[in-house]
Amino acid sequence: MSETWHWLAEHALCLSLAPPPDVLTQRRLLAMAAQLRGTPGLVDAVPGLHNLTLMTDAARLPPADLEALARRAWRTARPARETLRERALRVRYGGAEGPDLADCAGRSGMDIEAFVAAHAGARYEVACLGFLPGFAYLLGLPEALQQPRRASPRLQVPAGSVAIGGAQTGLYPIESPGGWQLIGRCMQPLFDARLEPPCWLLPGDSVRFEPEDHA
Amino acid sequence: MLELLQVAPMSTVQDLGREGLRHLGIGGGGAMDPFALQRANALLGNAPGAAAIELCAGGLRLRCTRDAWFALQGAAFEMRIEGRLQPAHLRCRVMAGQELSLQGPQAGWFGVLAVDGGIALPPVLGARATVLRGGFGGLDGRCLRAGDRLPLGAASPLQGRRGLAPPRWTPVLGLLPGPEFQALDADSRALLWRQRWRVTAHSDRMGLRLHGAQALHCGAGELLSCASLPGLVQLPPGGQPIVLAADAQTTGGYPRIGQLMAAERWKLAQLRPGDRLQFAPVDLDTARERWDDQQRELRLLRSTLGCPDA
Repeated sequence: MSETWHWLAEHALCLSLAPPPDVLTQRRLLAMAAQLRGTPGLVDAVPGLHNLTLMTDAARLPPADLEALARRAWRTARPARETLRERALRVRYGGAEGPDLADCAGRSGMDIEAFVAAHAGARYEVACLGFLPGFAYLLGLPEALQQPRRASPRLQVPAGSVAIGGAQTGLYPIESPGGWQLIGRCMQPLFDARLEPPCWLLPGDSVRFEPEDHA
Repeated sequence: MLELLQVAPMSTVQDLGREGLRHLGIGGGGAMDPFALQRANALLGNAPGAAAIELCAGGLRLRCTRDAWFALQGAAFEMRIEGRLQPAHLRCRVMAGQELSLQGPQAGWFGVLAVDGGIALPPVLGARATVLRGGFGGLDGRCLRAGDRLPLGAASPLQGRRGLAPPRWTPVLGLLPGPEFQALDADSRALLWRQRWRVTAHSDRMGLRLHGAQALHCGAGELLSCASLPGLVQLPPGGQPIVLAADAQTTGGYPRIGQLMAAERWKLAQLRPGDRLQFAPVDLDTARERWDDQQRELRLLRSTLGCPDA
């Protein structure tokens, strides 16, 4: 598999792998991050989609040492056989909670019920968190459900929104501007700065959506 | 306790931010000008990352319920105590009940007003920095406003006035070429260095949107989401770059044409909308040396000023 190593900044080394993202490669990156976490001087290990960025405190872990350590860790890392935890989220699809659902179903050539059944029938895995505190990028969206991003982003996407952007589906943990298509909303709080960890979903979790009736 | 009588709208409590939470989507945040924050704290004998008030493009008026020392760094303001103009760049003593006011900024954009003992709000996720988008840290995760009261740490036994002139600087920012720099066409690669870039009004703690007479063209399309750090120069489809700042999102997918050298990221805090800047290429070794130099300079400053830990 083609791999690229790049220093993104003075103290941030990034390993990226060629697209398209697949679950086993992503799990191998997460295993590498878990293996390296706790290394003295390693400030953070930040997974993206098919990439991992390692940040170092150069006074304790010189850049050259980090790179040697990271290359070794990648060679030896093996993807986990299982997902971290099983997480189920109840989702209200469509209506005010999912204003783009009908358009999405139309673009996919499905009626709304079939679209919802396909979205809720798939199993997803949290590839990484990013963009916002606790925003989960999920792998596993069926190809037929992929959607273009909105031409003009919304200024306010409510917390809990379930969205599709390109080949990814994700969850907005807090209110934010956003350019993805909104298909539903979950009531489970996804981010709370007072909790440890503050995020309800973590990389490596498996996620299922359960359609919930509108109140 | 600090009692705010008046404060510029986007001002917040900031420290040096949070480390090690990027994998949860939580960025480092912290002062836009961390260099100014550390200089102000050194002048007061505070810990390097003690929390302070970050002023954005405007001043404040406040009163303190105990005798206190203040130090102002970053953007330049006129400082008055009970209406009397104070000499610039010096730490100054304000007695309980007296009014301190800052007017400006006359130069720069983000100012740091530190107080001896620091602002003692409870830390959230390991820091006191305000995260506006997440609604946590600082004072209830929001901007400061008139009527707010900020708790203070223990007073320091400081003697006499000490000062620190602001660093001399030019709006030329050292830039490490990014992973997609080579995907720019040849004209764009030359333009990136040659062209002067204007800071637009759509600039804040999340990022500075730049505008150049000629847009840049990049062959790389949207990328898979990858960690992005403050100082990253991204190129969205319109061809006008965005420089990520302290509160930027933790991952991004736009082509990465460069990364500001860390030792110069503070300059972003002192550029105003309408100002022009230029990028100059820098290599990794030089950027690392400049960072180490800056850290050494700060340690030296702390020992010169007799900070307890130095």
